[in-house]
Amino acid sequence: MGDKKTKGHVVVNIEECKGCGLCVEACPVNVLYQSEKFNTRGYHYAQYKGDGCTGCGICFYSCPEPGAITVFKRWDKITEKRFCKNCDGERFVFTLEDKPGKYFCTACLKEV
Amino acid sequence: MSKEILKKSEVFYEVYERKPGADKLTTTYCPGCGHGIIHKMIAEALEDFGVQDRTIFISPVGCSVFAYYYFHTGNVQVAHGRAPAVATGLKRANPDSIVISYQGDGDLAAIGGLEILHAANRGEGFTVIFVNNAIYGMTGGQMAPTTLIGQTTMTTPRGRDPVNDGYPIRMSEIIATLEAPVYVERVMLSDSKEIMKARAAIRKALKVQIEKNGFAFVEILSPCPSGWKMTPSQAKRWVADVLSKYFPVGVKKDISAEFEGRKKEVKKVSKEEIAKILGIVEAEEVDKRVNKYVDKDVSEEIKVAGFGGQGVLSLGITLAYMGMKHGYKVSWLPSYGPEMRGGTANCHVKISKGSIGSPVVSYPTLLIAMNRPSLDRFENDVVSGGIIVYDNSLIDREPVRSDVTVIPIPATKIADEIGSTKIANMVVVGAIVKYLDLMSVEYIIDSIDQVIKSKKLADMNREAIRKGVEYMTTNYKLG
Repeated sequence: MGDKKTKGHVVVNIEECKGCGLCVEACPVNVLYQSEKFNTRGYHYAQYKGDGCTGCGICFYSCPEPGAITVFKRWDKITEKRFCKNCDGERFVFTLEDKPGKYFCTACLKEV
Repeated sequence: MSKEILKKSEVFYEVYERKPGADKLTTTYCPGCGHGIIHKMIAEALEDFGVQDRTIFISPVGCSVFAYYYFHTGNVQVAHGRAPAVATGLKRANPDSIVISYQGDGDLAAIGGLEILHAANRGEGFTVIFVNNAIYGMTGGQMAPTTLIGQTTMTTPRGRDPVNDGYPIRMSEIIATLEAPVYVERVMLSDSKEIMKARAAIRKALKVQIEKNGFAFVEILSPCPSGWKMTPSQAKRWVADVLSKYFPVGVKKDISAEFEGRKKEVKKVSKEEIAKILGIVEAEEVDKRVNKYVDKDVSEEIKVAGFGGQGVLSLGITLAYMGMKHGYKVSWLPSYGPEMRGGTANCHVKISKGSIGSPVVSYPTLLIAMNRPSLDRFENDVVSGGIIVYDNSLIDREPVRSDVTVIPIPATKIADEIGSTKIANMVVVGAIVKYLDLMSVEYIIDSIDQVIKSKKLADMNREAIRKGVEYMTTNYKLG
């Protein structure tokens, strides 16, 4: 995660992705790709390479599925990974200004 | 774009509970479909403008017919092409609501072509989102009015030929020629730059409605990868390279700066005024004779059937109207089937203490058969323990059911003795009201002229009801 260009963060909700590839095509910095793997409905879901996201939000607006892509514009606020009970795994977490002291999972958006 | 997190809008349901099946997280749209993108942009705008709670989203007929699965707003799903008509009513009755008429090109430009023209021409204060993908997507890709010349569709396998099929209609340009629309723009979902323009157009159109109550129309050229038989990526490029050549994007009309706003006043008509216009004498103190029945637990589902001309419908309406006067919930539904002459005409009547869901009576608790074909047809529908009342002066057989109460009444004969066979229906009214002790007989006799308008017949009808009551009193030993 040492890439200086990384300003944002993108999370793809794998099960909601229909593998149309529009986000991959739209991403101006090419940090999204279509997975070799299938999701449970048989689509090659989109994935984030892990760094380089600028947080521009273009993939969000290209994506036809309301909940498939979440874009975090402030990578500097996503500081650490924590264990998310809901996702049952280590996830990046973010904070909200109006809810100080609380951490939310970037994948499920729920409090960890 | 000042938000730090771009996520699924709260205007969408978190889980699409209304959607049938196991998958309640994703939309019904195909991969790469433009609907999802447009839904997202509308939802985002509604959330940003803080109008979710007063928004009414109109789902059309087309792929977006189930938009009410997704939008956590008010929702109405309307008949094909009729969204602007329904939107007009919704907006006029609720001037503070934000009404969005979301329509496809088959819906808006073909079957609903006139609705949209006239709604636009009246300058109704709602927003139209017109999703143009140049075909009928949901039904399998048939030619729409917006299909391009030469475009192959299911119904134009050799391409659209203007000699046979006419030319693609540019709706935005047509709407823009009208006086009343405030803002008309065509945008497209081709690349991210155009998508952001579309987003801006949707937001502006909603602003026109929110701030000035004006008519705004946004046409969106939207990819249909399944209908066009392309990949999502090809479809997106086809929008830019082909579709937008015939349907040029851009603002077609914008008078939002100088538009002063459309009035929102609604003329409220009081109950008294309506009663006056309709000539209804406003009711009247409750008659004391009715009081006895106020707490009576009644749940009758009645089917009245006979020849046309026997007064079958007015028999039903008399029961329903009088039931209403006794404080019951009632419904009356005439049944106009493809009846031949000599067949059966019938009506459905419900009289109930509790609320009535459907006015249809499939399995009556009380069947009133005024002729033989009616008895033949409906005898078996009567619920076990129900009642069959039949006119034994016309029907030459007895009901065969043994699990129901059978009440023969020579109604036509009695009526004939009074002076007219036409009032046989009122004989039956008197008889069953007496038998079931459903309502006050005296009250009905006194107020029958509220149902039967003709003064001349009123006296005869009163006599008929009395005879019906009398027949039951003597033959069934009712007090």
